[in-house]
Amino acid sequence: MAIITVDGQTFDVQEGHNLLQACLTHKLDLPYFCWHPAMGSVGACRQCAVIQYQDEDDERGRLVMACMTLAVDGTRISIEAGQAKEFRASVIEWLMENHPHDCPVCEEGGECHLQDMTVMTGHTTRRYRGQKRTFRNQYLGPFIGHEMNRCITCFRCVRYYHDYAGGDDLQAFGSRTRMFFGRESDGVLENEFAGNLVEVCPTGVFTDKPFSQTYTRKWDLQSAPSICPGCAVGCNTLPGARYGLLKRVHNRYHSDVNGYFLCDRGRFGSHFVNADARIRRAGVRAEDGVFEEIAIEDASVRLSEVLGQGDVIGIGSPRASLEANFALKSLVGEDNFVAGVADNENRLNELMVSIYRESGAHIPTLTDVEAADAVLVLGEDVLNTAPRVALALRQSVRNLSLEMATNAGIPEWQDAGVRGHAQDALNPLFIASIAPTRIDDIAADTLHGTPDVLAEAGFAIAHQIDSAFVAVELFNDVNNFVDAAVKALSEAKRPLIVSGTGCGSAALMQAAANIAWALKGRGGEAALLLTGQEANSTGVTLLGADLDLGSALRKLSTGDVKNVIVLENDLYRRAPAASVDAALDKADNVIVLDVLETPTIERATMVLPAAAYAESTGTFVNYEGRAQRFYQVFEADGATRPAWRYLTDAAKLAGRNDLRWDHVDEVVRACAGTDNLKGIQDVAPTADYRGRANLRIPRETHRASGRTAMHAHLNVHEPKTTVDEETPFSYSMEGLNGDQPGSLIPYVWSPGWNSNQSIFKFQQEVAGSLQGGEVGVRLLDVSANGTGLQNRFRDPPETDSGSTTADGMRLLPLYSIFGSDELSGFSPPIIERSSGPQLVLNPGEAHQLGLTVGGGVKSPGLGSFEVCVSSEMPRGYAGIVLGMRGSINVLPQDAVELMPDPSLKPKRPLDVIARGH
Amino acid sequence: MWSHVRTLWEVLKHTFSRNETVQYPEEMPYLAPRYRGRIILTRDPDGEERCVACNLCAVVCPVDCIALEKTEGEDGRWLPEFFRINFSRCIMCGMCEEACPTYAIQLTPDFELCEFNRDNMVYEKEHLLIDGVGKYPGYSFWQIAGKTIAGKDKGEAQGECEPVDVKDLLP
Ligand code: SF4
Ligand code: SF4
Ligand code: SF4
Ligand code: SF4
Ligand code: FES
Repeated sequence: MAIITVDGQTFDVQEGHNLLQACLTHKLDLPYFCWHPAMGSVGACRQCAVIQYQDEDDERGRLVMACMTLAVDGTRISIEAGQAKEFRASVIEWLMENHPHDCPVCEEGGECHLQDMTVMTGHTTRRYRGQKRTFRNQYLGPFIGHEMNRCITCFRCVRYYHDYAGGDDLQAFGSRTRMFFGRESDGVLENEFAGNLVEVCPTGVFTDKPFSQTYTRKWDLQSAPSICPGCAVGCNTLPGARYGLLKRVHNRYHSDVNGYFLCDRGRFGSHFVNADARIRRAGVRAEDGVFEEIAIEDASVRLSEVLGQGDVIGIGSPRASLEANFALKSLVGEDNFVAGVADNENRLNELMVSIYRESGAHIPTLTDVEAADAVLVLGEDVLNTAPRVALALRQSVRNLSLEMATNAGIPEWQDAGVRGHAQDALNPLFIASIAPTRIDDIAADTLHGTPDVLAEAGFAIAHQIDSAFVAVELFNDVNNFVDAAVKALSEAKRPLIVSGTGCGSAALMQAAANIAWALKGRGGEAALLLTGQEANSTGVTLLGADLDLGSALRKLSTGDVKNVIVLENDLYRRAPAASVDAALDKADNVIVLDVLETPTIERATMVLPAAAYAESTGTFVNYEGRAQRFYQVFEADGATRPAWRYLTDAAKLAGRNDLRWDHVDEVVRACAGTDNLKGIQDVAPTADYRGRANLRIPRETHRASGRTAMHAHLNVHEPKTTVDEETPFSYSMEGLNGDQPGSLIPYVWSPGWNSNQSIFKFQQEVAGSLQGGEVGVRLLDVSANGTGLQNRFRDPPETDSGSTTADGMRLLPLYSIFGSDELSGFSPPIIERSSGPQLVLNPGEAHQLGLTVGGGVKSPGLGSFEVCVSSEMPRGYAGIVLGMRGSINVLPQDAVELMPDPSLKPKRPLDVIARGH
Repeated sequence: MWSHVRTLWEVLKHTFSRNETVQYPEEMPYLAPRYRGRIILTRDPDGEERCVACNLCAVVCPVDCIALEKTEGEDGRWLPEFFRINFSRCIMCGMCEEACPTYAIQLTPDFELCEFNRDNMVYEKEHLLIDGVGKYPGYSFWQIAGKTIAGKDKGEAQGECEPVDVKDLLP
């Protein structure tokens, strides 16, 4: 701790922080632009000037940039000193010289850091009478708008996009006042984390394009804390809604999960909530096969009648809340509940949980991932299956440079200094994957092969670290990779192994576990990150299901069980179409509760409209076993209700006494009775939580407008605001946002700080934990007992030679951040950004099969794909991008035959259209 | 007694004073243009809608009686998809006019806003939008703003230089 004096007041500040961090930690209003809590300082904008005094007697002091000055014990500074204030005001005045007269038509308006800083420094009247320089804008793809005139040359965008996120298609061009931030030419921003530019840029240069289409000012967005449904990372988000539409998603800071950044799937994928394919009414299939709308109450009655007809199979879902899954499991009984995941994936999910449970290896948060000093990624293409992990891995490789800087006496926040000193020094990252990944650029070495080959390499690494682990024989080309990885991991202080269920291979996950255990056995630390594929994969696995999907479908197709309830799930993504068809053909009642019109809906006898995540309250459990609550942001249109309500209503009607839950809190409490899920009642406060002065927490800002006009065309008398029975939030501006637990932050705002920069007012220290405490409860934290040697896996896979056989090609799973996820696949900007179904194979083999790159290829029963080639694909294998709409999500085990499909018109890559200059 | 006489006197005296009663509505009083009555939305000198759906009027309105939502025209202009004022709530305070950066929203001297049915006090954009510039004849926001619209490219707004050639190497 260092003690500094700011304008006569003394503060305890953290040793090693700079003065800006110190001031902001103590919630002092000191303007800044270029410093970013996650990216450090470069001193580019000159906005954070303060006066620093030499000693107690110094009266004059000198001007320093707070963000570039170390806060050492005894530092005396002034924010308020006249000279400092004048300097800051003149910096703004000069930044504003060229600023366009755009605020009314700027998407940043009302949450603009530049507006805030301008007001804070007191610059009000324009004195400059010269001409303004202008720029032409670029087309940057479906996600991001570009309005270069608004730039203040703070360099945050390139520092984020290039330095932090590893993108190479956004640069700073030109000089002086002609600095231009954009691409070399018009085109889609390629980086998968480009959306963060919207929040990183302190002005309206980079804005959220889909949001702009039906734009709403931040002060009018109704919002509540939420969790991204896009993957198993469970990033914390702030969806904003107005007029019954989800307008946009912003990052919600979480010190251990997503920090300040989301991926583009999460940010732009949630527009599925507004999709035309949303189900808004209940319906039953009439004789003629057409759906007839029925009242929700009638639907509940029908559902209860079905419950009375003996056994019902309940198929849960890894994209539904824990509450809904639990209600379904309770309703149909343990023996009839299915996790709703493909059988193989289900086994892998269970393996994942048991490895976590038994390993004693540390389950890393993303902050831990960022702190790792040697990483091995075994199989999982995290950029496409758990994207935010990839961004964290990009930070992990920088630890060496931070260490070098610290040794050289350069503070960590001195970004340019650290980067200049370390040059290209990176921590070792080893990537073993089926096909090249988009983070291979930071890898020390890569290995590509079938999951079996990768698993063998993994087993070999474990064996070399500790010979107690099973040995395998290796081919030459794998040896180098293995040796290098062994060396790096054994030397590391904080080694990390990353794997997951994406490759569909148990051996791969076992190999990952063996390596972590072997490292741990040597007395060191070892972190093991295993990821499932969906937002609640871990949740449904912990909830547990006795029945697997294959057996359930068989029970239906043999007529053993006549009725099935499908909860927020598309069975065609979980099992081969033939077996789903056979099961649903035989079933008397196929009752589907879902958000979107999936192919399964086509086969339903009754459909109930389930609320999407932003329209309901529930819990997801992320890859690290962290249970996190998402809250209803807005009231859904139509008859939509949270899925668990239909189930409990029907249970009551059927005379069941065990599902008498009226509130989500009651479901949570009941759910916490499950062994694996103890603790989920502590994830967030119950609905009766009230803050200071016994107030609720408002979903609307205190400036929300239009209350007496929004609905006046329907009824001139204002409707009574809904009283929220389910959560501690109000559906109005009434209440207090500021001192509640960290899991209950509905929006970030603080007087004078309208932009998301105001998050520092909610943190204990900048970039530290939230004042209200950490968000979520980790359900899987195990005591780091034993090394798990007794649990080690002993059977490495049998590698099969994999040559092309007469009966065709074997298939391997690949993923795409844009499209592989079911829900975001319904979001228009994601649809625009994603390719169609694709198949990747070795160029030589493509040639042999008569396939042309960009042309079509088909396989009986699987559909058609666009042909892509990669020389890294093993011969005899073809990779299929799973989960794309209109394509498959479960790979057949057997080899398939591939043939050209000249009729397929692959989706063309996004056109580069120069519009909106 | 005395007070009665005085009262009579006072009343009689008024028989000879000038009549202050105005024969409204036959006789209309003069109201200055800045009088704060019924609200209108005006147009640019070029005839296009002035309102850019910035929402500043809505947020400043103390009774929250303005609601609108942004959309974008073919020409790139921002404009309100709908614009609604609930005059049964409006207190004619004029804050919206103060806040408006484009002079789109203006109060007029028309104060005759009585209706038997409160529903009729809800005005939509088609009721608010007039075919003229109102009190501020010359102003056109889009000629000053930096955002491009059809017919006004980058560098063509008031006080703007030609767009920078980013690939120019000169210092
Ligand atoms: S575009 Fe935005 S982030 Fe980039 S330099 Fe300009 S103002 Fe800063
Ligand atoms: S998709 Fe995954 S990584 Fe991306 S924002 Fe959502 S939870 Fe985070
Ligand atoms: S005059 Fe006042 S009350 Fe009426 S709409 Fe404008 S701001 Fe609202
Ligand atoms: S303040 Fe003016 S430009 Fe902005 S929304 Fe209101 S009327 Fe339109
Ligand atoms: S924030 Fe300190 S110079 Fe930019």
